[in-house]
Amino acid sequence: MDCTEEKDIETPAPSVIERYFTRWYKADVKGQACEDHCILQHSNRLCVLTLAETHPILQDGRTIKNINYKISNGCSRLNNKVAGKSKRGGQFLTEFAPVCRITCTDETEYTIYSCIRGRLLEVNEDILVNSSLLLKKPSTDGYIALILPKFEESKLVKENLLSREDFEVVVSKRAADVQSQPS
Amino acid sequence: MLPLKEKDKPVVQKLLSAGCCARCVLRFCCVLVQSLYRQPIQDTLKQLQDFVSNLDSSKPNESTAVPEPHPAEGDESHDATEAKQGEDDSEQGTRTAMEPPDDPPKKRMKLDEDLKGSDASAGSKDAEAPPAPAPALGICVVCLGVLQEYCSRDHARKVAEAVKTEDYHFDTIVLSVSLPAQLCVREHSCWLHVKKEMREKIMTRVKDDIVPVKEAFKWSVQGLIAMELGGVAVVTRSSFEVGMEFKHTATDSDCHFLATTCADCFRPTKNKDSVFTRVAVVKALEKIPDSKFLIHYPSPPGRPTSSCTSQAIQCLHTSIYVAGRYNKYSRSLSQTPWIIDGRRMMESSVEELIAEPLANSFRAKGFNFSSSGREDVDVRTLGKGRPFAMEMLNPHRCRFTKMEMKQIQETINTSSDKIAVRDLQIVTRECMGHMKEGEEEKTKSYTALVWTQKAIEKDDIVFLDDIKELTLDQKTPLRVLHRRALAVRQRVIHSMNTRFRDPHHFYLRLKTQAGTYIKEFVHGDFGRTKPNLCQLLKMDTDILELDVESVDVDWPPAISE
Repeated sequence: MDCTEEKDIETPAPSVIERYFTRWYKADVKGQACEDHCILQHSNRLCVLTLAETHPILQDGRTIKNINYKISNGCSRLNNKVAGKSKRGGQFLTEFAPVCRITCTDETEYTIYSCIRGRLLEVNEDILVNSSLLLKKPSTDGYIALILPKFEESKLVKENLLSREDFEVVVSKRAADVQSQPS
Repeated sequence: MLPLKEKDKPVVQKLLSAGCCARCVLRFCCVLVQSLYRQPIQDTLKQLQDFVSNLDSSKPNESTAVPEPHPAEGDESHDATEAKQGEDDSEQGTRTAMEPPDDPPKKRMKLDEDLKGSDASAGSKDAEAPPAPAPALGICVVCLGVLQEYCSRDHARKVAEAVKTEDYHFDTIVLSVSLPAQLCVREHSCWLHVKKEMREKIMTRVKDDIVPVKEAFKWSVQGLIAMELGGVAVVTRSSFEVGMEFKHTATDSDCHFLATTCADCFRPTKNKDSVFTRVAVVKALEKIPDSKFLIHYPSPPGRPTSSCTSQAIQCLHTSIYVAGRYNKYSRSLSQTPWIIDGRRMMESSVEELIAEPLANSFRAKGFNFSSSGREDVDVRTLGKGRPFAMEMLNPHRCRFTKMEMKQIQETINTSSDKIAVRDLQIVTRECMGHMKEGEEEKTKSYTALVWTQKAIEKDDIVFLDDIKELTLDQKTPLRVLHRRALAVRQRVIHSMNTRFRDPHHFYLRLKTQAGTYIKEFVHGDFGRTKPNLCQLLKMDTDILELDVESVDVDWPPAISE
């Protein structure tokens, strides 16, 4: 009975993200060129907010000076606490709710937005200690936050977002535009 | 002879003319002699009629009658009954044979045993008495027929037939009776009707001394049912219950006045079709003052136009628990049915593959599956397997020999090659706890097939073999975070063993504390399990296959082959 169904391990297996998640994108968030966000939605409806590979922070060898989850005097995402199975008490985020601000060493500041409606479950405190995680593994260990959409809204998450294919079209069009308008 | 005294006469008279059946009269007179309920109701009625009509001639009887039918503790009454017992020992033998052996040692019952002698003598005397005119048997105003037609041999036969068609295996039965709520209202009304007479004669009597309809019903009919079922014992505690439910069309109209006078007692409940449940009606009757009751309801209660109807007989056998260990050899089989939005994700499940042959053998109406933890759909469970238990609901058959259990196990094992079962056995309900107990403390062993991003050599991974008692901080995995609370849980990996396979794969054998999420330890779960294998090997790692090798719970006991 042992090992009768071993996989053909020569072909690379799908990664954790490919196995369990669907990628959704939001391009040029808040009208800011290239500030693309990526939402990884797990099959259990949970969403992981990440930077898309195309986000300016991840370009041109930038380095991060500061990540700040305190988005106003009265509100810090670090104070978020959830309790119990039903995740009581988590801050409720709307599409344009800022989640954190990231300042690069070149003093440019970027705001990361929720992109979806849902309850904030967790922010990634590891990137506060080790900001290189965000640069090296933006879609896994360098995630920004975990957000749980309402059960009845979980299927609607994608409605305001782009599929991977649609996003790739946007990105290639963007590249074409840059080439056609040399400065 | 009826254990009634001169002072009971006005009560009996009043009850009979109000339209009470003979058994309800016995109840109101607090007669605890079971055999009097058991005898044909016409005989009882005749005795009662004789009793009230021979107001004077009954006087001499009083010396032989029981001084006090109330369950009095007084030594006097005991002495009196014991003296009589001696008179008629010959009858006793046959009667005790009919007695349920397991009745609780209630005082009432004891008294009944003591009184048997007097009852027997009553029978013989009665035979000499001149025949009284046959009385018209109307529907009783209090029990609405429950203690009349439903205590007949005919009805007992119907009940027995219903039980027989279900084809249960049982040694003893317990009867359960459900009565329409207005019987309480009618009883209360009748009590108010005779309260004055009862109180005047015997100061100690209160409403609670009246024999409840349920009890009188059981005394009247359980012997007949037992006989029809071939002499099975009717007891007060049994794993097999025969349920009788009586309903009446006028329940709502009889109780309606209570809803307006004691509105707070009647709140609509989710799964009841009427607000007039027995509990609610009893509560309302306790609250309502007698004067108010009498304004809204006739006393004695009015004559009913129909008697109760008997609902279908419900048989219920208590659950039987079956335990064992299972192996799961498939990576596309869930432990329990996996249904999303009403659609089945997998054809079958471990639970169903085990339950079906079991439910067939036990002829059960359903089952509840539980196990010592669970594995994912794509994880195999090898080795000695995972302990599980199955509650068989309402089993029609419940006794199996070791050989028969082995045969059921064979049936399960030949029915599918996706699972196998061993150590299958019947266990007690209490034993079920062993399985869940220590779910977190016990150890589990796994084998994982690990993929490494960078090429490795044998020597790159051997250091893992030396890591012992590694404590992990596991945040609730994303995979289960939608249904589990967010927390950081500390889990221990007791030991690890590596087996190199090729430059990008190796087998990792782990011995861990139960409750460790292995997949997350290997791929890191977005860095949420720390430390994880990616950190230990300083490269991305992923898990391709996982097998549970052992679940170290020593229950249920192994069964030798």
